[in-house]
Amino acid sequence: MTARVGIVVFPGSNCELDCRRSFERLGATTEFVWHDDRELPDSDIVVLPGGFAHGDYLRTGALARFSPIMNAVVRHADAGKLLIGICNGFQVLCEAGLLPGALRKNEGLKFLCKWTELSVEVPGTPFTTRAERHQRLRIPINHFEGNWYAEPDTLERMRADDQIVFRYVRNPNGSLDGVAGISNERGNVLGLMPHPERACEALLGSEDGAVIIGSMLDHVMNMQPSPAAV
Amino acid sequence: MANFMASVHVLLRPGIADPQGQTIERALPALGYEGVSEVRVGKVIEFNLEATDETEAASKIGGMCEGLLANPVIESYTWDLTSVSVDAARGGT
Amino acid sequence: MSQTETVHRDLGLTDDEFNAICDRLGREPSYTELAMFSVMWSEHCSYKSSRVHLKTLPTQGERILVGPGEGAGIIEVADGVAVAWKIESHNHPSFVEPFNGAATGVGGIVRDILSMGARPIALMDPLRFGPLDDARTRYVVDGVVHGISSYGNSIGVPTVGGEAVFEDCYAENPLVNVACLGIVDTKLMHGRAEVPGQVAILFGSSTGRDGIGGASVLASAEFDQDSLEKRPSVQVGDPFSEKLLIECSLELIRGGLVASFQDLGAGGISCPTSEMTAKGGTGIRIDLDEVHRREPNMEPFEVMISESQERMLAVVDAADVAEVLAVCGKWGVEARPLGEITKTGKVEVSAGGKLVADVPSLALAEEGPVYERPIERPRWLADINAAPSGDEPPEHYGRTFIRMVSSPQLASKRWIWEQYDHMIFLGTVLGPGGDAAVIRLPGTETAVAISTDGPGRLCMLDPYEGARHAVAESARNVATVGARPTAITNCLNFGSPERAEVMWQFSEVVRGISDACRDLNTPVTGGNVSFYNETNSRPIYPTPVIGMLGILGDPAAAVGIGFQDEGDAIVLLGTTELGDFGGSEYGKIINGAIGGVPPHLDMDSERALHEVLVTGGHGGLFKSAHDLSGGGLAVALAECSFASQRGFSVQVGGTEPYRALYSETPSRALVSCPQAAVDEVLALAGHGGVAAEVIGAVAGDMCDFSVFAVTLEEARSAWEGGLSDHLSATMGPDGD
Repeated sequence: MTARVGIVVFPGSNCELDCRRSFERLGATTEFVWHDDRELPDSDIVVLPGGFAHGDYLRTGALARFSPIMNAVVRHADAGKLLIGICNGFQVLCEAGLLPGALRKNEGLKFLCKWTELSVEVPGTPFTTRAERHQRLRIPINHFEGNWYAEPDTLERMRADDQIVFRYVRNPNGSLDGVAGISNERGNVLGLMPHPERACEALLGSEDGAVIIGSMLDHVMNMQPSPAAV
Repeated sequence: MANFMASVHVLLRPGIADPQGQTIERALPALGYEGVSEVRVGKVIEFNLEATDETEAASKIGGMCEGLLANPVIESYTWDLTSVSVDAARGGT
Repeated sequence: MSQTETVHRDLGLTDDEFNAICDRLGREPSYTELAMFSVMWSEHCSYKSSRVHLKTLPTQGERILVGPGEGAGIIEVADGVAVAWKIESHNHPSFVEPFNGAATGVGGIVRDILSMGARPIALMDPLRFGPLDDARTRYVVDGVVHGISSYGNSIGVPTVGGEAVFEDCYAENPLVNVACLGIVDTKLMHGRAEVPGQVAILFGSSTGRDGIGGASVLASAEFDQDSLEKRPSVQVGDPFSEKLLIECSLELIRGGLVASFQDLGAGGISCPTSEMTAKGGTGIRIDLDEVHRREPNMEPFEVMISESQERMLAVVDAADVAEVLAVCGKWGVEARPLGEITKTGKVEVSAGGKLVADVPSLALAEEGPVYERPIERPRWLADINAAPSGDEPPEHYGRTFIRMVSSPQLASKRWIWEQYDHMIFLGTVLGPGGDAAVIRLPGTETAVAISTDGPGRLCMLDPYEGARHAVAESARNVATVGARPTAITNCLNFGSPERAEVMWQFSEVVRGISDACRDLNTPVTGGNVSFYNETNSRPIYPTPVIGMLGILGDPAAAVGIGFQDEGDAIVLLGTTELGDFGGSEYGKIINGAIGGVPPHLDMDSERALHEVLVTGGHGGLFKSAHDLSGGGLAVALAECSFASQRGFSVQVGGTEPYRALYSETPSRALVSCPQAAVDEVLALAGHGGVAAEVIGAVAGDMCDFSVFAVTLEEARSAWEGGLSDHLSATMGPDGD
């Protein structure tokens, strides 16, 4: 019994192959889901990967939320199952209203591809079962619009509700309150700008991404009914 | 049905930092243009629109802006509407 | 149907060329035919000035599956694993419109790789600009980098390395070369339309007036005051379309649906329709009414030569057409059957029900003029060779060192490469900032190394020797990370071929590349020639950019540049000649001198060094390795130190220490190893015939050369800011 992961592919997504590789290395089975489909396959976890869905036209993530598959994605989230939006996926989730706030252009007005250090602010979420509070994770970012913003009262509420899950140790892009990743109120939907799938191999620079991906898989496995006794 | 030309201007909401605008503001004096301030950078979206009348057109545009053309979390919008109908009763806006 | 007498001149054809066309056709050409000839017989497409020289390059090798003449060269790097490797230029458009010129340069080379059935998996951008104190140069740098970043990142191909060179001669003629590595996906494609009855399908973006006359007008003429008015000719790229094109193309090929394949670039539709049929011994009949367009009222000639981006031509069996169109439809890629392959050997074009062109494909694709242009050694060469090389002691060793590492030429290029996605595909084992990039090929456990180098100043001083240095340096760069140099692609950037001096430089450079490639056993798999890089009669330095591919094998064997552990020994491999300052960075940066002759390069020593680096790398002997080039020993030590933020302490000898520090003798490298392994390293070098000397150790937080020392912090900070301080956080010209 392994966790089943559906990875949504929009025209212009480009991190789906990397997500597949990293999730499968950690023990999941994955399936690509085309944006035009109306139904998801049976999935424990749905991933919205990085890239430039629909060319990022109008605003990043603005058009992807109208893709037919998004109705099924919303139902999956409403059922309490895990949904993770990585980079462009995070942008789509904000545009779709599944997460609060919006992503703006980086403060320095340049695309940034670099390693960052994240601090785990909320351990024990389905995305951080393997982490401790303030544990540092070395995970790369790769974006032009990673600068998260929300209204002050939204931010206050989210802080109080433990929805600010990851912060940058050194803010690279001006993101409000150093926010790198957030969850919804229920805690089953996470959006983050850094790419955990790019940090699952020592050869490539870090294995800290496995803390996040592994946590998700652990959470799913722990939710499974125990095998019947023989 | 009447025809209209719509022009929507989308800007970052007041109070949201506009680094592109700030960069332009800093660059202009170097070209010799003093006295420039409050530079904001946005986008213009123009299109033709069919509607029974100006009121309906305005309502449609408002819906489009709220639903797609602007992101209300960080953007604000204004729009202009010009009638291009051949109906004698309507002139330009 | 004949036009006024000078129309062919407006299209860039000479009177002789026009007469040759008339002779070949037995009549005067129609305007559409004339436009087709103007692009197919242009310098950029026909290589008319360079062919006689290029045919002397060595192109065979046991690992070379496909050599020059196709979309890209194909090299077998492991059992059942083949890669595509090619470099292209987009120089002139990048001066006129930096963002789009550079972006479409990326698009073009990616499509070349795609045309071979290979998935593009890595890009490199060797760039050359004028000095940064000029505002226009800063604008060009910003636009070019932003363009490459925007396009490459959006299509999801990592940009893993490149160069940034700043030299007066490129001020009005920046060089934007882009190299692309691909992995053959399921089936190696070719560009020969061999079977009459097959159907040609044009798919991708719609056709507009982009780049009309780009090939004939922009790339075949030098710039003058009117150049800025040529702006409308520059193509605008759409990376989203390119991404869809990549996925759609690979799916078509995976499905066995494509018989032959070619991309559209310079010359537009005229190019694949003539080249594929010329190579295949067939003809083609096409109907321009089937071309999906984005502009109304286009003339047939415009449709035939438009350089609208993101388009491919697939030749498929008639029975497969419906399925091909369905796959394109799934990806949202517009596709239409354009015409049919015939037995006639002619390209027959109709529009609006009328035949507007009827030309033998060979005439367009292979019977273009071949020029043996006059060559003449430049008269100024003797003077510059006798001029000072800047071989003078520094006033202050410490300040000179800081000046060297903080000069834009040698400073950190992080400002550039941090704008590039260099990590996608989970294959970048060593990325930007090192000697070569190491890419683990997806779906395999095998890795290759790639590097680009183009020492223009040395080629100006002596084109033959400079070209040898170019090949040697790029080979040395891949050997340094542990990979065996295997094959090259080359981009030859020169001034006007109508200048005898430039043609002399060209012929000498090609001769140098040939000899070096034979000596190092690295055949030429293909490449690109860019002529007419000159403004107001001032040509650029002869600049051959060599893209070297090396085979590493086990990705974990890659050796990085940074010192690792306190106490490790630092070993200098190779022999230093103390007077090698001709064309050196020290000479130019410190003393404003560019005279002299290139250092002597002995290929046996060079090869021996590569052997030691590859053997030692694979044997796990080295904790770091870095070759010496610009700035000599001092700068190489600094680079090893800055990469991992570890200081060092070395002994530099001689009565004039600056010579040992800054002389640029080739065929040298620095390696570091545990103290316990020193004997083994020295023995390896000794057996390999390579001089080796322990010069010091990784230590503390100083850059300590014994004759002088500075703190690592001060030096690294100067290096980090050397480029970025000149380029403020400006908005790119296409800020959105």
